[in-house]
Amino acid sequence: MKYLGIKQAKPKIAVFDFTSCEGCELQLANKEETLADFLTAIEVISFREVSSASGDNYDIALIEGAVSRKDEIERLNKIRSIAKVLVAMGSCACYGGVNKQKNAFSMEEVNKIVYGNKPKDTMPVKAIKDVVKVDLEIPGCPVSKDEVERIVQMLVFEVPFKFPVYPVCVECKQRLTVCRFEKGEMCMGSITRAGCNAPCPAGGLGCWGCRGPASDPNYEEFFTIARSRGFSDQEITERLNFFGGFEGVK
Amino acid sequence: MKVDLNVDVHHLTRVEGHGNIKVRVEKGEVKEARWDVVETPRYFEAMLKGKHYSAAGILTARICGICSIGHCLASIRASEDAFGITIPDAAKKLRMLAKHGETLQSHVLHLFFLAAPDFFNLPNAISLLEKETMVYDLARRMRSLAGNLVENAVRQKSGLGTIKGMGRAVPSQGTDVSGLKDELENTLFDLADTLAPEIIGLSIVKPLMQKKPEIVHIARRLKGLGNKICDVVAGRTTHPVSLQVGGVAVEPGKSTLASLREELKATANDLAMTVELFKTFNIPDFVRETEFVSLKGVDEYPFIGGNLISSDGVDKPERDYLAMTNEFVDDNNTSKWCKLSRDSFAVGALARFNNNYDLLHPEAKKVASVLGLKPVNHNPFMNNVAQLVETAHVVYESIRYIDELLDSDLGQTMTPVAPKAGLGVGAVEVPRGILYHSYEYDKNGRIVRANCIIPTTQNNLNIHLDMKALAKHFAMEGMTDKQLELLCSMLVRAYDPCISCSVH
Repeated sequence: MKYLGIKQAKPKIAVFDFTSCEGCELQLANKEETLADFLTAIEVISFREVSSASGDNYDIALIEGAVSRKDEIERLNKIRSIAKVLVAMGSCACYGGVNKQKNAFSMEEVNKIVYGNKPKDTMPVKAIKDVVKVDLEIPGCPVSKDEVERIVQMLVFEVPFKFPVYPVCVECKQRLTVCRFEKGEMCMGSITRAGCNAPCPAGGLGCWGCRGPASDPNYEEFFTIARSRGFSDQEITERLNFFGGFEGVK
Repeated sequence: MKVDLNVDVHHLTRVEGHGNIKVRVEKGEVKEARWDVVETPRYFEAMLKGKHYSAAGILTARICGICSIGHCLASIRASEDAFGITIPDAAKKLRMLAKHGETLQSHVLHLFFLAAPDFFNLPNAISLLEKETMVYDLARRMRSLAGNLVENAVRQKSGLGTIKGMGRAVPSQGTDVSGLKDELENTLFDLADTLAPEIIGLSIVKPLMQKKPEIVHIARRLKGLGNKICDVVAGRTTHPVSLQVGGVAVEPGKSTLASLREELKATANDLAMTVELFKTFNIPDFVRETEFVSLKGVDEYPFIGGNLISSDGVDKPERDYLAMTNEFVDDNNTSKWCKLSRDSFAVGALARFNNNYDLLHPEAKKVASVLGLKPVNHNPFMNNVAQLVETAHVVYESIRYIDELLDSDLGQTMTPVAPKAGLGVGAVEVPRGILYHSYEYDKNGRIVRANCIIPTTQNNLNIHLDMKALAKHFAMEGMTDKQLELLCSMLVRAYDPCISCSVH
């Protein structure tokens, strides 16, 4: 790939999955109209889900998923020791994601519910940054391929990438989507980081905050609006804790 | 001569999730043959405890990145069953359309990107694309070089000036070079056309690929269309937003549906080319009789809800799903195992095909007949072919559903929801087989107990036993470790396992 006749460096990328649904990896293979360009802009060193080629000479490690078993910590440490840049890709990697809802129970109890009297090895869910240093976080459940493409472009041209500072609300206004609060539903769009182009409210579902907080979110106002629309504190807390990005917000 | 063989695959590639294969043959005797799932378990049933019905579908979609629509549909169906809700007709049709979109994208992803490379002996489908791009890049560079040379010659002849380094070239005397440029360019592109398949063909089984290097683009188009259907109907391809308890929250609008219809119609050629490609594949000759479990179709090939049947004659209502699965825990696997009338059973495209052949669209039956697939087929590798048959089926059925939606007034797509205490079950045929969600609700619409039984969970024991039979079948003279490893890997991939699902 050349721009103005200058050959760009091809970043050597490896993709790894931990505790997750592998939906973010799948996004990399989606957006078919630009897939060919995307794949020529990078060099895929290891991507177990779609390729049996594998190697250790990667610069950038894209990590999908959270950590929930001891062997995953070892694997992650090894990847960190090789990768020049380690990217947490998706809400599970960034915050623990929906997996973190497991932490509301004891590990004995979750094992009893699922495996009865034959428990399996597990531990409370951790985000990637709780285990190793993370250089860049791409939030979202799943990540937006548009955003991943922009980030890869920036990597290729060595320009720093900036996420939007404003919340999802702005994107709903741009799309002329009617506010979900007006439809009687709770929505976290006012405190959640934009960049997804607000597909959920447009599809008839309030924002569940998968991308974590926007810059300088006004939590107080969000609580006031949600309560005034009749939502209980339990409902609000459940929504805040769903993807793990708003942990500790009260 | 008795062979000794050893296969040990740690974290098999080109499948969703983590699983291991181990085969040991000593003096022609199979000592060990295993398929074990080692994926980290996720405990969704625990997370569902106490959840409000409006969160269940959103949460369980996250069980799987590939079949999130299927999980969401099974989840909301279980909730609607518990609350005694019937959804509007238009919503039913829209859900089927989303389901077909998912089946299309998932089957195409599996057939082209995960399964097909084994038949070409390539590490992945992307290498096809890269090699083709390389050849054409080369042609472009050669063309521009040739163009410069010719233009230079023309300039010199007409005295318009010279290019650095070419200044002292002897001007052509009386030769007309104006037509030469086009000719050179054409020749170079012809050369590229000839070279591309040759270079690609180096590492691939020859026949079709040499003539048709565009299969990657066919896959891209078909998968893209599947994703587009999901985007339009469910609001997003992965982790849908519009599929909710009570119906479908937003309807896509008739003009959008009409343009989807045109795109669906335009796939006929791509489908035909795919069938041609599959004709060239050498499907391993291996049979192990097993039981096939699927939904039972009544008026149409089944995808959402209905009775549960098996090829051994079991027929039960949807709510009796536990009697169809009989899950148990194995010490070596994080995925549970299942059985019914025999030691194991299979679910998925081949099971649906075997149990519901008569209800397939005529165009899909044609595909089956061309590729030699007849019910009841017991070759697990033929699941690939059954997926292709279903790919054709869902394309033509989607067109029919859109026609029906366009002829209706669409109208209401949501029904009011009033939660009540009770048990509900939702059975949905997702790409890899039958999926069950079951929730017990309290009177406030919060989950007391949840159970999800995943297709790959039901298949794992069947794969495990196939592996033993396969090792025995192929443990013969001339077999090498590498060949056996490929066959074992292909066997697992034929089931298109969704391992992170199976350890939800």
